[in-house]
Amino acid sequence: MKADLAVTAGSFTVRAAISGAPGQVVALVGPNGAGKSTLLRGLAGLAPARGSLELDGVELSGLPPEDRGIGWVPQAGLLFPHLSALDNTAYGLRAHGVRRGDARRQAQDWLERLGVGHLADRLPAQLSGGQAQRVALARALVGDPALVLLDEPLGALDASTRDDVRRTLRTVLTASRATSIVVTHDPVDAVALADRMVVLEDGAVLQDGSVAEVTASPRSPWVAELLGQNAWRGTAGGDGLQVAGGGSLSAAEVLPAGVAALALAWPGSVALHRDRPVGSPRNVLIGEVLEATALGSRVRVRVASTPPVTAEVTAASAAELRLADGGPVWATLKATEVRLVAL
Amino acid sequence: MTAPPAHRTRTPVSLAVPGLLAVTLLVLPLAALLLRTPWADLPALLAREPVRAALWLSLRTSLAALALSIVLGVPLAWLLARTRLPGRAFVRALVTVPLVLPPVVGGVALLLAFGRRGLFGPLLEATGTTPAFTIYGVILAQTFVALPFLVLTVEGAVAGLDPRHEQTAATLGAGPVRVFLTVTLPMVGPSVVAGAGLAWARALGEFGATITFAGSLQGTTQTLPLAVYQLLIDDPPAAYALSAVLLAVSLALVLSLRARLPRVSR
Repeated sequence: MKADLAVTAGSFTVRAAISGAPGQVVALVGPNGAGKSTLLRGLAGLAPARGSLELDGVELSGLPPEDRGIGWVPQAGLLFPHLSALDNTAYGLRAHGVRRGDARRQAQDWLERLGVGHLADRLPAQLSGGQAQRVALARALVGDPALVLLDEPLGALDASTRDDVRRTLRTVLTASRATSIVVTHDPVDAVALADRMVVLEDGAVLQDGSVAEVTASPRSPWVAELLGQNAWRGTAGGDGLQVAGGGSLSAAEVLPAGVAALALAWPGSVALHRDRPVGSPRNVLIGEVLEATALGSRVRVRVASTPPVTAEVTAASAAELRLADGGPVWATLKATEVRLVAL
Repeated sequence: MTAPPAHRTRTPVSLAVPGLLAVTLLVLPLAALLLRTPWADLPALLAREPVRAALWLSLRTSLAALALSIVLGVPLAWLLARTRLPGRAFVRALVTVPLVLPPVVGGVALLLAFGRRGLFGPLLEATGTTPAFTIYGVILAQTFVALPFLVLTVEGAVAGLDPRHEQTAATLGAGPVRVFLTVTLPMVGPSVVAGAGLAWARALGEFGATITFAGSLQGTTQTLPLAVYQLLIDDPPAAYALSAVLLAVSLALVLSLRARLPRVSR
């Protein structure tokens, strides 16, 4: 699968080149409004698009959606409410002229494979969110499409259902010969499901690489923060980064001055103090505590310094620092813990 | 839909009095009609010749008008709701015109279009028939006034349908016609039924356009409302009986469609 498209939705245009091998799962991530759903709609032929889309060596970009053979699972599944789970699943086969009995048999097979075979006679209103999502998946996959587009397939599910469906999704998508593109908001989903990650921001691809690459060196503050890292956008200069919103940071390894860059640091490497610290840390920031959230035995603390920083400390030291009392705290960060990524 | 729990307010007299007067105004005439209807003689009155002919004619013409409205109106509703054709807003406005137009004006307009001396009169005469003053004229007049009810009800339903259902069907390989028949139509089915109910009631009750365009020829174009009007002079008890029948039909329609009608009509 190889696509290079400009998709328009109203006055917004998404330009993206995206490719994937058969059997590969590509996670499409990015903040709200980045154009993820619009790109999927363009691929499916549901939104006006210019450019090329090649699938199994065939150019599809001029074809209407019904002639593309691309599976699309819209947000929240959206089963046909007037058809049973079985008839929903058989819909595509029937549209392709498969005889009723054959279509139902194949549909039943797929429902079994996704663990909802016993619900074949139910109407969508009688299915739980997780069950409906499995049926929607069966409906998209039953015709053996070469490309499957999934728009936040785990978005509407509660946590435990999410784990279940994610596991099923992983099994089914990796076993399939289809290229799958999964839009997700959740880094856990991306890491669990995908081989490749494409980061979309403001209608353009910001990063495209293996999941390991993207998570190790995120080029987007959005992804970095999603993965739990501090991320500051700015310009390389001095002995580190001039942060766009004010302030500066020192890093051990610098970039040529003037380069647009992202500075990254794990919250665990930020230390907090009530008194001005002595010693060697190169980055010393001061600010009020904005928020302290417990995460198991650790506490995540957001400090309104310039630039703002998030620290992660043990519950014991959080108590010792009397964070609940408010007032300014000092945050320190070694230059060796700050990593610069050129944008 | 249930209203949010409102805190009780005292009912102001200045609103209660006109409100009650409105109810009286609506209910009193209907009550009078029911009181004066000769219930015991109803079967005999309805079996009398002009009445029987009118009943039979109205049944046939109103159902034909309903069928025409569905066959033409549902596709139009879909076009208005789902396409970006130029002039869509204009057509939608046009569709609502028969709702507010005095029916007699509709009849005059039909006459000027399809009458013997109308715009298309010579063309129709060449084919050997003109609809004016025939049963086809009755059906045409009824369709003219009934169609908007169907189009507007169905258009609202189609517009309220999440287009992603139809788009999903398309990605599964269904062409536009198949999508319409297997997804759109079943999903707006209840609204088509509601719109059909309204359209049929309107066709059944049609008076002004019919008498202008098709006349009031017993057995050919004299529908129930026209018969009622004439019987009011010739045979008042029969007119009351027929009126009661029409009222009963209307009430039955309203009750059976209550859950399906748009909010305004509920």
